Amino acid sequence: MEALFFLIPVALGLGLAGLAAFLWSLKSRQFDDLDGAAWRAIMDDDVAPPHRRHGG
Amino acid sequence: MGKHQRDLDNFVTPLPGGLAHLDLAVEGVRCAGCMAKIEKGLGEVPGIERARLNFSSKRLAVDWRAGEVAPGDILDRLEALGFSAYPFDPGARREAEAEESRRLLKAVAVSGFAAANIMLLSVSVWSGNATDIEPETRDLFHWVSALIAIPTVGYAGQTFFRSAAAALKAGRVNMDVPISIGVILALSLSLFETFTGGRHAYFDAATMLLFFLLIGRWLDVDMRRRTRAQAENLAALKGESALQLLPDGEMRRVPLSALAAGDRVLVAAGDRISVDGTVESGRSEFDRSLVTGETAYEEVAEGGQVHAGTLNIGGALVVRVTAASEGTLLDEVNGLLEKAEAARSSRLALADRAAKLYAPMVHSTAALTFLGWMLAGAGWQEALTTAIAVLIITCPCALALAVPAVQVVASGLMFRAGVLLNDGSAIERLADVTTVVFDKTGTLTLPSPALVEGQDIPGEIIQRAARLARSSRHPLAEALQPLYQGEPFAGAREHRGQGVEATLADVTMRLGSATFCGVPQPEVEHVADGGHSIVWYREGDGPAWPIRIGQTLRPDAVETIEALKDRGLRVVVLSGDRHAAVSAVADELEIDTYFAGLTPTEKVGLLDDMKRSGQHVLMVGDGLNDAPALAAAHVSMSPVSAVHLSQAAADAIFLGDRLVPVLRALRISGIARRAMSQNLAFSALYNVFAIPVAVAGFVTPLLAAVAMSLSSITVTLNALRLRYAARKV
Repeated sequence: MEALFFLIPVALGLGLAGLAAFLWSLKSRQFDDLDGAAWRAIMDDDVAPPHRRHGG
Repeated sequence: MGKHQRDLDNFVTPLPGGLAHLDLAVEGVRCAGCMAKIEKGLGEVPGIERARLNFSSKRLAVDWRAGEVAPGDILDRLEALGFSAYPFDPGARREAEAEESRRLLKAVAVSGFAAANIMLLSVSVWSGNATDIEPETRDLFHWVSALIAIPTVGYAGQTFFRSAAAALKAGRVNMDVPISIGVILALSLSLFETFTGGRHAYFDAATMLLFFLLIGRWLDVDMRRRTRAQAENLAALKGESALQLLPDGEMRRVPLSALAAGDRVLVAAGDRISVDGTVESGRSEFDRSLVTGETAYEEVAEGGQVHAGTLNIGGALVVRVTAASEGTLLDEVNGLLEKAEAARSSRLALADRAAKLYAPMVHSTAALTFLGWMLAGAGWQEALTTAIAVLIITCPCALALAVPAVQVVASGLMFRAGVLLNDGSAIERLADVTTVVFDKTGTLTLPSPALVEGQDIPGEIIQRAARLARSSRHPLAEALQPLYQGEPFAGAREHRGQGVEATLADVTMRLGSATFCGVPQPEVEHVADGGHSIVWYREGDGPAWPIRIGQTLRPDAVETIEALKDRGLRVVVLSGDRHAAVSAVADELEIDTYFAGLTPTEKVGLLDDMKRSGQHVLMVGDGLNDAPALAAAHVSMSPVSAVHLSQAAADAIFLGDRLVPVLRALRISGIARRAMSQNLAFSALYNVFAIPVAVAGFVTPLLAAVAMSLSSITVTLNALRLRYAARKV
C-alpha cells in the first residue's frame, strides 16, 4: 500500500506535465495555423547549403 | 490609382518597443512554397523584424521598426513577389472570438486531464468495491479525486454556469441549466460521500460530463470563428476602404471605421463606393444593381445621393459622407433590419427546444424520486442520494452533443460544397425550407454584366471591339474584354465617361457612348430596348454597331432551379428591377411566381405573407435592398459578391459563379437534420432505460460512467456517419 503514496503523485505529476505542455503550446500559438505548421516542418531553408561534398 | 496614394497609416497598429504591425489578407497563396517565398522575400527587406504567414487563414502579419519601412513598400514588395495583399480594417472586432475559442480549448484540456486522472482512481475504487478494498484506501482515492475535481469544475464549468445564470435571470431555461445543476449536485453529493466515508462518489461523472460538453462547445465556437475569418478575408480583398480628402488637400486611404459624417472622399471611375453620401462635385453614372436590383444605370450630379455598394462607372466624384438620415434607403433598410433581428432572437434552436422539454421533465422526475423514497420509509439521506443519481444519469451529455456534433460535420461538408455558415443553427432551419425566394440581379444572374448572346454582329467586329475594350476600365468594356485574349491596341486612349478610341491604318475605332461614336439620335432610339445596356462601336465613318450588354444568368441557374423544383420546393423571384427584365429571367428559368419593382419593405411584407401561410422561406439575395428580407426569412443565403450588410444579415454565404451551392446546402441540411433527429431520439430512448434504473436506486458511479460515455460516443459516431451519407447526394 505504501507504493500508493509514491505512485499517485507520480501519475498526477506526469498528467500535469502533459497538461502544462499543452497549455504552453496553446499559449505560444502553435495551434493557430495547423496547415502551415505541417509544411514548415519539412521546409529546410534554415539549413545552410553544403559547401563541399564529402568523398565517398 | 497610383501607388503613392496608398497611404496605409490608418491600418497600422503600433507595438511596444518602437515596432509597427500590419495585418494583411493575401491573395494567391496556394502552396507551402508561397509561404516560404513571402516570408523570405519580406525578411530580406531591411527594417522588417518579422513576417509570418498563417497558411490556414491566408493572413500575413508583419512587424517592422517604425519609420524604417513605409507600409506601402511592404505591399509593393509583395506585388513584386507576385501576390496581392489587402490590409484589414483594425476597427473590426475579431480578437474576441479567437479568445473565446482559446479559452474553451484550455477548459477542454483541463477537464480532459481531470477526467482521465479521476477515472484512473475511480476504476481502482470500482474494482476494489467488488473485491476487498480497505475503506481507508477508498477514502484516500476519493480525497485525491475531490482535490482534482473541485478546481476543475470551478474553472472548466464557468462557461455553463454563466450561461445558465444569464438564462435564469432572463426567466428562460436553456440547456446549460440542467447541465449546471447536474454538475454541481454531482460534485456536492460526492463531497458529502467523501466526508462521511461513503462508498459512491461521482467525481468522474462530473468531470467527464464537462469534458464531453466542452468539446461540443469548442467545436461550435471554432466553426463560427473560422467562417467569420473567411468572411473578413473576403471583405479585405474587396478593399472596404475609402480615399479620404483632407482639408489641406491631401489624400489618404483609410479604413471605413476611420470615416465620420462630414468627411469628404474621392470616388474614382470604376471604384465601388463604400459610404453613403451626397455628391459635392463631379458628374457620373452609377450602377446601383447591388443596392436596388435595378440594372439600368442612374445619373448623379452635384447634390445627388449615393449609396454604399454602388459602382461608379463615369467620372471621378467628391462625396461628402452622411450618416443614415431619415428617409434614405439606408435608413429604411436599417429600420427593417432592426425589426427582423428582434423577431429572430425569439426563434428557438432545436437544441433549446429539446432543453425546454427536457429540463422540467428531469427535474420533476428527480423531485418525485425523492418524495417517493421518503414516503416509502427511506431516510432523507438515502432519498436524496437516489434523487441526485437520477439527475446525474439523465445529465444531457448525449443531448448536448447531439446537435453540435452534427453541426460541425455538416458545416465541414457545406464548406467543401462552397457554403460558409454564419450561424450553426442555419443547418436545421435549411432543412425546414418549403419555398426558395431568389433576388434576381446578382443572385440568379452573374454579379457583373456580359455580352448578350444572339446578336447579329460579325465576329471580327466583336473581336476588334473587345480588343479596344481592353484599354478601358468601364464595366461595360470589362464585359467585352474576355472575348479578346491578346494585347490591347497600341496608343488607345480612354476618354473618361465617354469611351475609348484607337487609330489603326488611318481608321479611328471608337467604342463608347452614342455621342462619342457620333451616332444620330433617331438610330439610338430605334435600337434602345430597355432591357440591356448598349455600347456603340464604330470604325471611321463606317456603320455603327450597337453591342448589347446585360445581366446573364449564372451558368447552372436553369439546372439548379429545376432540381429545386424536383425536390418539391416552391421557387419565387422577388426583385427590385423593372417588370420586363424580371419576367424575361423568370420565363427563361420557368419560374411562375415573380414580383418586380419591389422596395425593401414590400419584400419583407411578401415574406411575412408567405410565413403566415405556413411556408418556411429560404431567401437568397445579394443587394442592400435584400438585407432586411435576408434577416426576416426563416433562413437566408448570400453570394460572395453581395454587399457587406447583406452578408452580415445572411445565415450563409456561397462562393463562386455557380448557383448549385444553394441546392447542395439544402441537400446536406436534409441529411444533417435527420441525423440530429436520430441523435435526439437516441438520447430520449437512453433516458427511457436509464431513468427507471436510477429511480429504483440501482445506479452506481460505474454504471453512470459507462452510460454517459457510451451514449456520447454513439451520437458522435452517428454524426460522423454523415460524411458517408453525404457522398451519395
